[in-house]
Amino acid sequence: MADQTLRIEVRHLDLFYGQVQALKGINLQVMSGLVTALVGPSGCGKSSFLRTINRMNDVIPGARMSGEVLVDGVDVYGAMDVATLRKRVGMVFQKPNPFPRSIFENVAYGPRIHGQRKPAELADIVEKSLRQAALWDEVKDKLHRSAYTLSGGQQQRLCIARALAVGPEILLMDEPASALDPIATARIEELVHQLKTSYTIVIVTHNLQQASRVSQHAAFFLSGELVEAGTTSDLFTAPRDKRTEDYLTGRFG
Amino acid sequence: MSMRPSPFHDQLESLQQDVLKMGTIVEQALDQAVRALATGDIEAAQRVIAGDDELDRMEIAIEQTCLTLIALHQPLAGDLRMLGTALKLVTDIERIGDHAVDIAKVVVRLDAEPLIKPLIDIPEMAAVVRRMIRECLSAYVRRDPALAREVMGLDDQVDHLYSQVFRDLLAQMIESPDKTRQGAYLLLVAQYLERVGDHATNFGEWIVYMVTGERVDLNA
Repeated sequence: MADQTLRIEVRHLDLFYGQVQALKGINLQVMSGLVTALVGPSGCGKSSFLRTINRMNDVIPGARMSGEVLVDGVDVYGAMDVATLRKRVGMVFQKPNPFPRSIFENVAYGPRIHGQRKPAELADIVEKSLRQAALWDEVKDKLHRSAYTLSGGQQQRLCIARALAVGPEILLMDEPASALDPIATARIEELVHQLKTSYTIVIVTHNLQQASRVSQHAAFFLSGELVEAGTTSDLFTAPRDKRTEDYLTGRFG
Repeated sequence: MSMRPSPFHDQLESLQQDVLKMGTIVEQALDQAVRALATGDIEAAQRVIAGDDELDRMEIAIEQTCLTLIALHQPLAGDLRMLGTALKLVTDIERIGDHAVDIAKVVVRLDAEPLIKPLIDIPEMAAVVRRMIRECLSAYVRRDPALAREVMGLDDQVDHLYSQVFRDLLAQMIESPDKTRQGAYLLLVAQYLERVGDHATNFGEWIVYMVTGERVDLNA
């Protein structure tokens, strides 16, 4: 396992969508070198929380927040500009969302807008990213075909390759396998396992078994609150809070 | 937030009842074996020996239910601890049942020969371990870790009585070598009861874990 150091620190985070408070006083530390899973029922705030880390909530009208989100000690809502932040903090969404371009262009797009123009360098980045996303062998002979010709699972790995291509340090994954079949899901999970040595990964999942398989740390959200966080094994076998217990054992009505 | 009953939780409840039932049968078997020893009742001892097959079947059925529930429901937190505990408990309960059979076999081997002296400490040991088993079962269904911890304290009494029985029987065997055979058998009985106390202690540890998530080693 890679060195575990404090990578993301969230302090006293409140988030509102208009009058609705989506997150209430969240404090959480995310360590590098491991996978942190955010779990909780629909509407609990876990995706909203994920989006505060790379400022994706900025684009939502009426969203406002207070508190601090520090990446390597720097407040992402202060000194850091959004483009730099999003280069450092990549994101993968629930449904694969490749651009209507070729497989190659999907991966080359990010490095290109960040100023990489040299064809040979771009080709290197594309290959390296596709290899890291465990997709290279399947697409190396058809890089110039439309990304839409790929299966759903392949498209999701393409989106992961696209996120990796700009060289992020942190990868946010919002239900990355929920639209995929069990085989494709297993490949994504295996990929998460491989990537955690090089990237800090925060994953939102509804699937508790998935959280237990892929993560080493876990945080349970409920109604905008962070109820409990700890190692996944502690949280899943012996949670301290009754609300976590009730959720994990399916006792919510 | 409201609690929702589910078929899975009904099954857990029914599993718990099965464990309780098995525990109760074992406690009775132990009682019958020790009584048979005191009275030289070979028939009663034979019944204890014959009853063990049913306990073995119950153990297998409970284990199978646990594994099936784990496979089908992938339980977490308290549910997972409850199933893990049931899996461990049936082993301890089954071992206690084996010791009841061991004691019953001693009764058969002694073949109703008069006892070298009236049994005092052995029935007392048996009474303490039976109390441990009963209270463990009660702590189990009531989910009461305090009671489980209390039960554990009783194991010291069992160990103390065991040393007493050991010294006593040893003295008798040294004094009259013709008592050696029976003395050796009675020593075995005391040893079995001491082991039952250890299994009951394990039982208590698992109850504490099941309810609180906290591992304790009370044998240490």
